[in-house]
Amino acid sequence: MLIPCPHCGTRPVEEFTFLGDAAPTRPTTNDPSTMEAWYEYVYLRNNPRGAIEEYAHHSGGCRSWLVVSRNTETHEVFGAVPARDFTRAKGAKA
Amino acid sequence: MTSYRLDKGGLIDRSTALRFTFDGALHVGHQGDTLASALLANGVTLMGRSFKYHRPRSVITAGAAEPNALVELREGGRKEANTRATMIELYDGLVSKSQNNWPSLDFDVGALTSLASSVFVAGFYYKTFMWPKSFWEKIYEPIIRRAAGLGTASKLPDPDKYEKSYAHCDVLVIGSGPTGLMAALAAARQAKRVILADESSRLGGSLLNEQEEIGGTSGYEWTQGVIAELGSMPNVTLLPRTTIMGWFDGNIFGAVERVSDHLRVPDPYEPRQRYWKIHAKRAVLAAGAEERPVAFGGNDMPGVMTASAMRTYANRYAAAAGRSVVVFGGNDSIYRTARDLKSHGIHVEAIVDSRKESKADAAGTPVLRGALVADAVGGKAVKSVHLADGTHINCEAVAMSGGFSPIVNLACHRGKKPVWDAKLLAFLPPDNGEAFTVAGSAASRMLLSECLADGAAKGAVDGKPITVPKCRDEAFAISPLWWVKESHGKAFIDYQNDATAKDLPLAAREGYSDVELAKRYTTTGMATDQGKLGNINAIAILAEATGRTMDEVGTTTFRPFYTPVSFGAFTGPFTGHHFQPVRKTPLHDWAEEQGAVFVETGLWMRSSWFPREGEDWLASASREVLNTRGAVGICDVSTLGKIDVQGKDAGQFLDRLYCNTFSTLAVGKARYGLMLREDGIVYDDGTTSRLAEDHYVMTTTTANAAKVMAQMEFAHQALFPDLDVTYVSVTEQWAQMAVAGPKSRPTLQKLMDELVMTDESVPYMAALEVSIMGGIPARLFRLSFSGEHAYELAVPADYGSMVARAVMQAGDEFGITPYGVEALSIMRIEKGHVAGGELNGTTTAGDLGMGKMVSAKKDFIGRMMAQREGLTDPNRQAVVGIRPVNPADRIRAGAHLLKQDDTPSMKNDQGYVTGVAWSPMLDMWVGLALFANGRARHGEIVQVWDGLRGHRVMAEICDPMHFDKENKRLHA
Ligand SMILES: [Zn+2]
Repeated sequence: MLIPCPHCGTRPVEEFTFLGDAAPTRPTTNDPSTMEAWYEYVYLRNNPRGAIEEYAHHSGGCRSWLVVSRNTETHEVFGAVPARDFTRAKGAKA
Repeated sequence: MTSYRLDKGGLIDRSTALRFTFDGALHVGHQGDTLASALLANGVTLMGRSFKYHRPRSVITAGAAEPNALVELREGGRKEANTRATMIELYDGLVSKSQNNWPSLDFDVGALTSLASSVFVAGFYYKTFMWPKSFWEKIYEPIIRRAAGLGTASKLPDPDKYEKSYAHCDVLVIGSGPTGLMAALAAARQAKRVILADESSRLGGSLLNEQEEIGGTSGYEWTQGVIAELGSMPNVTLLPRTTIMGWFDGNIFGAVERVSDHLRVPDPYEPRQRYWKIHAKRAVLAAGAEERPVAFGGNDMPGVMTASAMRTYANRYAAAAGRSVVVFGGNDSIYRTARDLKSHGIHVEAIVDSRKESKADAAGTPVLRGALVADAVGGKAVKSVHLADGTHINCEAVAMSGGFSPIVNLACHRGKKPVWDAKLLAFLPPDNGEAFTVAGSAASRMLLSECLADGAAKGAVDGKPITVPKCRDEAFAISPLWWVKESHGKAFIDYQNDATAKDLPLAAREGYSDVELAKRYTTTGMATDQGKLGNINAIAILAEATGRTMDEVGTTTFRPFYTPVSFGAFTGPFTGHHFQPVRKTPLHDWAEEQGAVFVETGLWMRSSWFPREGEDWLASASREVLNTRGAVGICDVSTLGKIDVQGKDAGQFLDRLYCNTFSTLAVGKARYGLMLREDGIVYDDGTTSRLAEDHYVMTTTTANAAKVMAQMEFAHQALFPDLDVTYVSVTEQWAQMAVAGPKSRPTLQKLMDELVMTDESVPYMAALEVSIMGGIPARLFRLSFSGEHAYELAVPADYGSMVARAVMQAGDEFGITPYGVEALSIMRIEKGHVAGGELNGTTTAGDLGMGKMVSAKKDFIGRMMAQREGLTDPNRQAVVGIRPVNPADRIRAGAHLLKQDDTPSMKNDQGYVTGVAWSPMLDMWVGLALFANGRARHGEIVQVWDGLRGHRVMAEICDPMHFDKENKRLHA
């Protein structure tokens, strides 16, 4: 599999370390009433068949964290964006 | 002797004489021969014994699908079992041996099992050996293992080298016959990056084996022109001797290039094999088709082979299978077989055509239409054939053709199933889209002109087509021909596993009619050839026996690898010391000079102890501790992870990473930090120093250095992207040494250029940038893991060994000693400092006795989850000290703790010992443990129960700090 790193270009998957689903968002408050949201953020993950956005670390390259979109069934890779941009875009939407 | 060398012809170099042995007998062949063709040319037709019945066997094919002629090749560490004689290129000095024979190939005791063969019918493994159970292990299995089984593996290390290689291309073409050559040419002429791979020793595929005409010249001459053109193009890589063995996600192909398998020993610096991982934007499978045997009695007898194999041996290798031949089949290819053989002067007794009608040209050979060969008659060689109508024909060889199965394996490796074509009597490859197309006879194009055109079209799918040369076509028509039921003898379907045609209806009758069950019940298709020859015949027979269509029965699953791959190819160069890199610290040379014994810690080599004459590890480590606590010691701590953190928000960033606070740390000071995981469990610890307002240096544990760095990158980039901070690992840029003991200050003072070391200038937890030894920039930290008045000195890596030698010299008058990680570990247990045994992925800050460090004033990773009930329960196991009641007793790490009077049982478990050390200061074993509600139970007497070693002693729970509880030495 090849991953299009926005910084390094198309690189083989062996250079990357995958962390998993990028959908959960870290809560921004430490208010005890948000414990449920924290629990979901830390423990709950979807396991979709099909499209997914996942964190991947270009650990053998530029060391950027990326969000790679791919298909879990066909393993087709659709693209990758810096995790920083992904997080900021999520923040802007929220 | 039935087979022999033809007087002329063939792609062999008769000017060469390659000497080789088979079962000790010396033979001579030529450059261009395979072991199989050379054996045939030397009149050797008996090449092996079959797996179950020990029947005499010769070659059935001339290629990769060969099930019978499996030999042990080479000797010693290079010995390789189950190599196919049809794929082994002959070289001078080749040594080979037959398999499955005892006491000899010619006289085989195991063949007697053939007489008792009713015992060995399908499912015999399941039926015969079911009862009693104990018999299986003691009697049946050893007997079967001795009688059956393939070649033996060498137990010596493989002396050869293997390599791994990666390649990218626009178009990968698999197979270099007419289709593959046209596909490669079409793609190459459009300036595409092309890789053309073929498992054979030479490119050209079937055109090397057949008498064809292309573009007004012979097929062989045509291939030479195309290969020369491809070879001259910089955008084309030609990979002969390369088997594409699997198709994987992302259009990645695995391949094995047999770089040196055709040599007696590899050339210097050359690998034996090279494993390729090929990323192809597009691939064209032009693997051709496999000719199917026909199931008739004795279809495994030496002298019986597929028609295309017999043609190949005659045309390419100038080897005749026999002086007189009967050609038998149900399609037109048998006629060209007869013509080719006749052109080489081999007498063809008759063409036995199962069809009543055929328009093909027999060129004067007698044709028996609507006739069937029922049995080959002979033993170790064919003497004649019996036809189903009772006709008897004398002959020395039989060429058979049941039809052609497209080689679709690779196209099915990602899960799609092939589709049956009832007209072509073939399973066609599934549609995998444009990224992987199948062309030529692998897609059931049976005419040469179709193959050339299909190759050209599929090679140039997104570009302009190239001119397809004119050629002569052989007509092709086919009728079903699977199993001649009039046979008396055994009719084999899977030669290698000795599965016969009769086994399949039997499996169906016994309820195993599903193709996957029938496969396992009869073992058809389960041998090293994975049913390349027999599977389609098996499916046809199973279909008929169960009244289903071929499609309804379907194929078994095609899995990688297409042909067996050696472990060496997968392992590549990563064996022995090359298995993983070795990391040496900048102080390695110095430690070696000092006589260090090294221990592997991950990739690192750490100095473990520094023995003197006659000392074992414990004596050495104990002396190092006493010397350090008594005077001064020096220890290499360079393996600790070091991360340089800079930027306006550096402090804030560290506050998020650690459960305690760093933004408040004064410049010039260090602080111990504890890092949690987001689930509230402790992740890592270490000291972090503030060198300037916006400049920190973190340390991590040796084990977690890389993981913490990745975690920081995640936290910064994915969680807190707006923090203005940069950081980089500097672990390898700095050599770091701990200098500990009451004489550490006067020792280090001698190195300082300007600094006068006092408690005021270098207070406890100071972190200073200093200059030493006439201008070497260094960092001086007053930190202590040993509990002594101690420092850590960091210098740029290249100065490391030199500075360590200087420290040794400076400390000489005080009796300085180097100490290793064993002494370090003893001192940390004496002082109750936690390490890997306690930071074990289950403990919280509270468990470690560091609950007070956890800040309630800020957000940090792990803050919320750490507050959960389960993680704050007072009954959790907390770190305690433990020491035996009787000082002569030894406690051991891993032992469990029980209340004083409880019965030893895990039900009564209260905790366990996480680390122990022999304390030379206290003259007894002391340890640390995790113990339920431990901090409230200091003074309690417990049982230390070591169920594994059968050991139980009484011990007292105590404060983790066993030695110098007031920390007087630290500030001395
Ligand atoms: Zn990158």
